[in-house]
Amino acid sequence: MPFEPVLSRYFYVKDGHTLEHYMARGQYGGYSAAKKALTEFEPDKLTQYVKESNLRGRGGAGFSTGLKWTFLPKNGKPRYLAVNADESEPGTFKDRQLMAYDPHMLIEGIIIACWAVQSNSAFIFIRGEFAREAVRLQQAIDDCYAAGILGADVLKTGKNFKLDITIIRGAGAYICGEETGLLSAAEGKRAYPKIKPPFPAVEGYFRLPTVINNVETICNLPHLIGRGKEWYMGLGPATGPGPKLYCLSGHVKKPGVYEAPLGTSLRSLIYDYAGGPIGEIKGVIPGGSSMPIFTPDLLDTPMDFDTVRAKGSFLGSAGVIVMNTTTCMVNALLNLARFYHHESCGQCTPCREGLGWLEKLLHRLEFGHAKPDDLNLIKEVSGMVAKRTICLLADSLTMPVDSYMKAYFKEFEFHVREKKCMTGTEPGKFAPVEEPALAR
Amino acid sequence: MPKTLKPETVDAIKTLAKRFPQPAGALLTSLRMAEREIGFVDAEVCGLVAECLGMPPAHVWGVFTFYTTFRKETDGKHVLWVCSTLPCALRGSERLYDYLSEKLGIKKDETTKDGLFTLKKAECIGACGTAPCMQVNDDYYENLTPEIIDQVIDDLRANQVPARHVTV
Repeated sequence: MPFEPVLSRYFYVKDGHTLEHYMARGQYGGYSAAKKALTEFEPDKLTQYVKESNLRGRGGAGFSTGLKWTFLPKNGKPRYLAVNADESEPGTFKDRQLMAYDPHMLIEGIIIACWAVQSNSAFIFIRGEFAREAVRLQQAIDDCYAAGILGADVLKTGKNFKLDITIIRGAGAYICGEETGLLSAAEGKRAYPKIKPPFPAVEGYFRLPTVINNVETICNLPHLIGRGKEWYMGLGPATGPGPKLYCLSGHVKKPGVYEAPLGTSLRSLIYDYAGGPIGEIKGVIPGGSSMPIFTPDLLDTPMDFDTVRAKGSFLGSAGVIVMNTTTCMVNALLNLARFYHHESCGQCTPCREGLGWLEKLLHRLEFGHAKPDDLNLIKEVSGMVAKRTICLLADSLTMPVDSYMKAYFKEFEFHVREKKCMTGTEPGKFAPVEEPALAR
Repeated sequence: MPKTLKPETVDAIKTLAKRFPQPAGALLTSLRMAEREIGFVDAEVCGLVAECLGMPPAHVWGVFTFYTTFRKETDGKHVLWVCSTLPCALRGSERLYDYLSEKLGIKKDETTKDGLFTLKKAECIGACGTAPCMQVNDDYYENLTPEIIDQVIDDLRANQVPARHVTV
């Protein structure tokens, strides 16, 4: 049977974001999965069920969601569910669509997750830029309170399961997407990531046990529970199945969010879904800008957590950025270096200073002022920064630095030797894209 | 004249604070509420919010300066955040930024003389599938071209809500 999208089915559908529309969706819509979870599953059984389905977190790390839930200590302290909606990884734009077009799917997922972990309070930390999305989400939450879906007796099942959902808007900081950085921000602090352990499940939000899940992970829950884990596990590899939103951007004819089962090949995503590349492919970032790059010989890689990892990169947030042969890889890397340097929270010295050094070194390389030994210096600095910090932000730059220099070493050498781009483009500039993006 | 928050805003912040395990949980949202009322955030506004939440003003100031998107006193009426990160850059955001900069006669972080526009470079605003994009106040404008930019600027100058090129 061909794959039918479930997460993105109602994207761009008129009024698809309203409660009325959600309630009229038939067998699998209208909070039926949450009702099923509350009435047919004991919380521990539900956690076990999600664990057995091998649902893996969609935020980047790909950790087993059910297993994460089991880490909560049974110490009687109030528990929190934090929904990570601080989607900021360059190349990723799926959670925004989920919140804008199907906010009730997210709320239903939150109810299921909170029932499983027995949490009475959830908060959605949404990045500050998503102002319209936050309004939509708040409207959806308000409608749910009015309809008795949220509040003192969730879905009026008579179980007296109480649940409140609060939205916290960020204010423009990439690091809020890091789970402990997100907690710091939600606690009214600078978004400094925290040293683990203690892990958030044990001591998280205001030192209370906290589960942090990505928006897309949560949105998987209504479908997993509603249609059952047999259906779910039939989609993609058994070690990490399910529907996945892939974000295609850069040099493709039809950029956008496409839903496909995990394990769909990178080639298929680019050619069958996104209308093919503009020009000839030079490199593809498979999982958001912090991931090591794939050269064209890896296009047949199935895009699932384990296979992408085995090929030397990560599926991450499935933000696929395609770059064609007009792209100067030094310039692309410089752009990312600027991004990560700008977004460093400044807490750890190797990251705060090291990413700045990398940006400066790449800048002088791109603009033709490199010294003969600069490539070694870049490698050295990258090695001094990697894995020496509290969170992974620094590694998010050193991974691309190492992989781009390895895959496109000739281009980097050319820059040192010839003081210009091998692609013939102006330093610091990308070649213009003449074709407008086609509607998806 | 010293700034003050309306009593109803103070009440709203204090009520909100009770929803969190500690009042500090309401800080980011409270700063937004104050920003909306006063029009921007500065040290004095941070002090007002700090008082409502019973937090040290210096802590609130530290938090405010950590984040990038709160409105500053020097910001124009419309802040134009042009995304400049890789997916947008690959699709020509630099050229659009240069176009906008020339059109308005201002450089990065500057404000037009009439106080209408402030130009800023944004790092990834999360609309890479419709790149290049920019954010103006609460709205996204996507699949940008010079023509769309002209139209948005004209509409904003005429004090109209621009014909939106957003999906939400």
